Amino acid sequence: MNAKKTPWLDFEKPIVELEERIRTLEDSASLRGLDVSDEVTRLRTRVKTLGKEIFDNLDAWQRVQLARHPRRPTTNDYIERVFDNFVELHGDRQFRDDPAIVGGLAWLGDRRLVVIGHQKGRDTKSNIHRNFGMANPEGYRKALRLMQLAAATGRPIVTFIDTPGAYPGIGAEERGQGEAIARNLREMAGLPVPIIVFVMGEGGSGGALAIGVGDRVYMLENSIYSVISPEGCAAILWRDRAKAQEAAKAMKITAQDALRLGAIDAVLDEPTGGSHRDYAASAATVRARIEADLDLLEAMAPRDLLDARLAKFLAMGIFHEKKSDE
Amino acid sequence: MSWLTQAKKGIQAITTQKKEIPDNLWSKCPSCGDVLYHRELSRSLWVCSSCEHHLRISTDQYLDLLLDEGSWHETHRGITSVDPLGFKDSKRYEDRIKASLKKTGRDDAVVVGRGEIDHVPVGLAVMDFDFMGGSMGSVVGEKLARMLQDCVKERTAAIILSRSGGARMQESLLSLMQMAKTSAMLNRLREEAVPFVSIITNPTTGGVTASYAQLGDVIMAEPGALIGFAGPRVIQQTINSELPEGFQSSEFLLEHGMLDMIVHRKDLKSRLAEVLHWFVDGRDISERQPFRG
Ligand SMILES: [Zn+2]
Repeated sequence: MNAKKTPWLDFEKPIVELEERIRTLEDSASLRGLDVSDEVTRLRTRVKTLGKEIFDNLDAWQRVQLARHPRRPTTNDYIERVFDNFVELHGDRQFRDDPAIVGGLAWLGDRRLVVIGHQKGRDTKSNIHRNFGMANPEGYRKALRLMQLAAATGRPIVTFIDTPGAYPGIGAEERGQGEAIARNLREMAGLPVPIIVFVMGEGGSGGALAIGVGDRVYMLENSIYSVISPEGCAAILWRDRAKAQEAAKAMKITAQDALRLGAIDAVLDEPTGGSHRDYAASAATVRARIEADLDLLEAMAPRDLLDARLAKFLAMGIFHEKKSDE
Repeated sequence: MSWLTQAKKGIQAITTQKKEIPDNLWSKCPSCGDVLYHRELSRSLWVCSSCEHHLRISTDQYLDLLLDEGSWHETHRGITSVDPLGFKDSKRYEDRIKASLKKTGRDDAVVVGRGEIDHVPVGLAVMDFDFMGGSMGSVVGEKLARMLQDCVKERTAAIILSRSGGARMQESLLSLMQMAKTSAMLNRLREEAVPFVSIITNPTTGGVTASYAQLGDVIMAEPGALIGFAGPRVIQQTINSELPEGFQSSEFLLEHGMLDMIVHRKDLKSRLAEVLHWFVDGRDISERQPFRG
């Protein structure tokens, strides 16, 4: 990753600057043989309290910025660190390979799995190649092909969600974007192997959900999940894309909100400052969760697993029901 | 009585109930601009006599059109929307719900129940575009899921007639999850060999297209309906150029393999009956053994 050129967000700058000061201080001290440990300790404490101050009180828009942070770990970053080995597979066997979704065979300890996720780029060039993580129908069809392979071989499935949404293009509509997403939703409900879903970046609309029907669904602390992107919502309801911040707030897109609404199982902690500050720690959290869940889910009979998965999604929704005597 | 006479009877029911339409009431066809008299329109099932444009009809009109007379029994009433997010844009969601309740007299954007189509018992859902653009929030998802569960329990075919702007933004993630909820339930129907027919009418977009509307064992659409995942305006803004003629119309979808057939409104009941009779195979559907693959 091109660290030098990647900008920091305004609200994380004070911490980044403090950390740079510590590094400079330590470097120059060691060069001159000085003892600066007291000063470094003081600064490190300051970094900690400042970090807590800033990151314990993030608003919805700051979460959006963190979820879209150009340094935020992508699916490939997780795959590299969570699994012991990975062999990428390509193509939907119908039309083309969609680079906006990656997937393949993975190893985790004694286990073999299928892993799938949206893939964003790091810079302009790689983002164009990845279509900014916005899949076309063939991306969802590739995902389904791999998930069916998992079902056929009895391997569990892990997915990573990080997309602004399904790609809105002419070709995408011609090739049935709606059908591709719909089919995945139905088929995922019927795959008789454990499915664990991590929303670790942007969870945008049906394009996110298309690989998001699982036995366990988690959100990383600074990821977001909503029916439409804040910009899309603002364009329709406010008739002004610039009102995205208001839309983000109104849609309750944070992980804590999703948990309160009963749409996810748990929020997974990120390192202070966000998962981009410590890839290894974020990956370790994900790995631990996969291992703990598979111990439970793999012990379930396939029928029980599917019944529980259906029941989980049938329970989603909040409404008022008139009692018969009302 | 054959299904054809039944179908005709259904059509008569909807024409005769509109006796009170005065001679001078008229509308302009939204497609060709011709002046259309309501009295004439009610006879043509609200299809433009010049260009065959299918004008929007009410939920009651669809129930009359599709079902055997007197067979309709509405189920799962009294489920209404709350405002789980405290959502407010230019208006509060609460106020939008209230206004739609008043305007439509419906609980929300879908009506579900049981009925018969040429003596074939079915579970039927008709979406209501007048209720917040037919958008799908928690209530629509719940009512559809319950109707589908009834179909599994009673072993009757399921039919959903869609017209919807998609998932309801005011319930954000909960609306999104209704796509998973309804689609997961449709997987259960498939496991239990319960047939599902999707009828798509103008307009059907977004999360409804990307869930049950596109999941029919048989998918029918009325002519000239707008059907798509992304809205045409969004696509236009993304690609920054004009959209091809007829893009996202029923005819476009049929050509690209996304529909089984386009059916004129006057033939909707008879085609539906034909298809249902194929699935039911002359016997009660409850005698059929589910296919467990
Ligand atoms: Zn006309």
